Amino acid sequence: MATETKWTFDEEYVKDFSKRRGEPEWLMEERLTAIRLADKLELPKPEKTNIKTWNFTEFKHETENSGMVNQVEELPEDVQRLIDSSGGEQNLIVFRDGKPLYRSVHERLQQQGVVFVDIETAAKEHSELLKQYFMGKAVKVDEHRLNALHVALLNGGVFVYVPKNVQVEAPLQTVYLQEDPEAALFNHVIIAAEDNSQLTYLENYISSEKEKGSVANIVSEVYAGQGAKVSYGGVDHFEKGITTYVSRRGYVEKDGRIEWALGQMNEGNTVSDNTTVLYGDGSSADAKSVTIGRGEQSQNFVTHINHYGKHSDGQILTHGVMKDKASSIFNGVSKIEKGASKSNGEQTERVLMLSERARGDANPILLIDEDDVTAGHAASVGRIDPMQMFYLMSRGLSETEAQRLIIHGFLAPVVNQLPIKAVKERLTEVIERKVY
Amino acid sequence: MAVSTLKIENLHVEIDGSEIIKDFNLEIKGGEIHAIMGPNGTGKSTLASAIMGHPRYDITKGNVWLDGENVLEMDVDERAKAGLFLAMQYPSEISGVTNSDFMRSAINAKREEGNEISLMKFIRKMDAKMDALEMDQSFSQRYLNEGFSGGEKKRNEILQLLMLEPKFAILDEIDSGLDIDALKVVSNGVNDMRSPDFGCLIITHYQRLLNYITPDKVHVMMQGRIVKSGGAELAQRLEEEGYDWIKEELGIENEKVGEKEQEA
Repeated sequence: MATETKWTFDEEYVKDFSKRRGEPEWLMEERLTAIRLADKLELPKPEKTNIKTWNFTEFKHETENSGMVNQVEELPEDVQRLIDSSGGEQNLIVFRDGKPLYRSVHERLQQQGVVFVDIETAAKEHSELLKQYFMGKAVKVDEHRLNALHVALLNGGVFVYVPKNVQVEAPLQTVYLQEDPEAALFNHVIIAAEDNSQLTYLENYISSEKEKGSVANIVSEVYAGQGAKVSYGGVDHFEKGITTYVSRRGYVEKDGRIEWALGQMNEGNTVSDNTTVLYGDGSSADAKSVTIGRGEQSQNFVTHINHYGKHSDGQILTHGVMKDKASSIFNGVSKIEKGASKSNGEQTERVLMLSERARGDANPILLIDEDDVTAGHAASVGRIDPMQMFYLMSRGLSETEAQRLIIHGFLAPVVNQLPIKAVKERLTEVIERKVY
Repeated sequence: MAVSTLKIENLHVEIDGSEIIKDFNLEIKGGEIHAIMGPNGTGKSTLASAIMGHPRYDITKGNVWLDGENVLEMDVDERAKAGLFLAMQYPSEISGVTNSDFMRSAINAKREEGNEISLMKFIRKMDAKMDALEMDQSFSQRYLNEGFSGGEKKRNEILQLLMLEPKFAILDEIDSGLDIDALKVVSNGVNDMRSPDFGCLIITHYQRLLNYITPDKVHVMMQGRIVKSGGAELAQRLEEEGYDWIKEELGIENEKVGEKEQEA
């Protein structure tokens, strides 16, 4: 193999990179601190999945900036297919290899004081606001090496800010396309919803290259203020060569709410962490994710809801379909801290095995330090129920068609929740392609 | 077209190695409604499921002919396409699949590719049948049987019967768990199907259902086979006198199958 494992990303590189991007001082400092930490920290240790041999270090960090396009029609076809053409209000930013490629944002957003820009622009034009949330309460740079690398090498992402009492009706959509086969994406998403505001955000990650190796290191921070409601939809579909670390974090104040709907369809090895802190009294979270594992890929999914607030409510639903020799670990964690009385934590993890050689592990974990709470979990790993097959086939459906219906139904909890029809339809197609 | 025939010949069925159905014979013609009655544990539901191709049952002997074609050589879906229907006692719940999507897939499965039912036509038909069964329109968008009450599931089975219009239907204890109003609604649905093109086998414990759907023939099943046949009046007598007189008449000690018969 010709690839040399020469690690070229040091303090000097990071400093230069930050300068070239015209970043404010504070962000450069964050990066420098992070690159120093990256040397000392270890990789995360996801339970039951060994990631030590995974590629997190071989990639190209910078790509040519090829400029923006002005028309949807000029976007790559795979991107166009994710965009609703119905002519309704559109708020969309498309990225290629981390850089903004197309932006269409309705003027109403600006009138409402909503910020919806790429993170590079945000660092220049909304520096103070960005600083307030960047690597905030939801996530820490020193958790492990991947978070440190993330901050040091951050090269893409979006910043969303919704002021107090503002309701954003139409969904905010982003598409992150990785086109350069070796380019790594260090994508950072911040969603800050101030008190009593409301928004829906939907992101798609896609890549074109199937074989060459690279890295996606993604961190999302979502802040729901008092009484705020954030619906966050995500569909990840990186091709096989990309090793993914994705951490989506939420922090919810009093009576706020975050709803996650994640379609985790990567073809390569993936570590996914979806953690929500229910900090305020009466806060709530609903975390749904679905996945399909195939080939020889190995994936580790953690969905974690941490209750601090009284009367907080956390719901976790994870459905996975496993075929070929794929292997996945699904950990659901409901943690209720002392004092979070009257809270409720419920979780369901279900894994459908389509192959003898696949591996699926569902582990519901309840960690409860408070007496006055309710909690429950259900987990199952198994094959398609032969009685369901008999039932559907007894109505004339072929074996394939019956299986198809059952699998689509199994993954429907996330598909149905996505707010943009085109994305829903593409996800349905991806499911179809992956299963057959 | 000639009248259809469903013919069951010398049928033997095993489950986990023990024989439940023993030399069962019956012929049903299009336009006829037959009822099979009998106490618990005599093999009635096993018969129904085995004919449809339930994966747990082994057919060790015998034949089932539908218009001269051997049903037992067909896959489950082929049996349905050939015109068989089983209204199940315990229908499965399928999460994430709406009743209407499922029903449309089922109708289209029977049709040639390119000749699928139009959406409008489908909706009109489904609306009409749901009205007839006094089902709330919301049922079409609910997930298949998920969270349905016992009675709702039974109605949904009959809805499928009305939508799919099979040549022969087997109704396996479609009356259990239904109150009297629901029983009437379901019976009306079945009666609406009555025509020379439709034959039906009703499996039930109770004569009650047969007050609303008058059978042409009534058969009593014990020890995995038919031990007595008659007309609608047989059901009436069973309702009044129970099954003991039949056991006495035939010298049967234990009517159940799969258990050792007592030494006489």
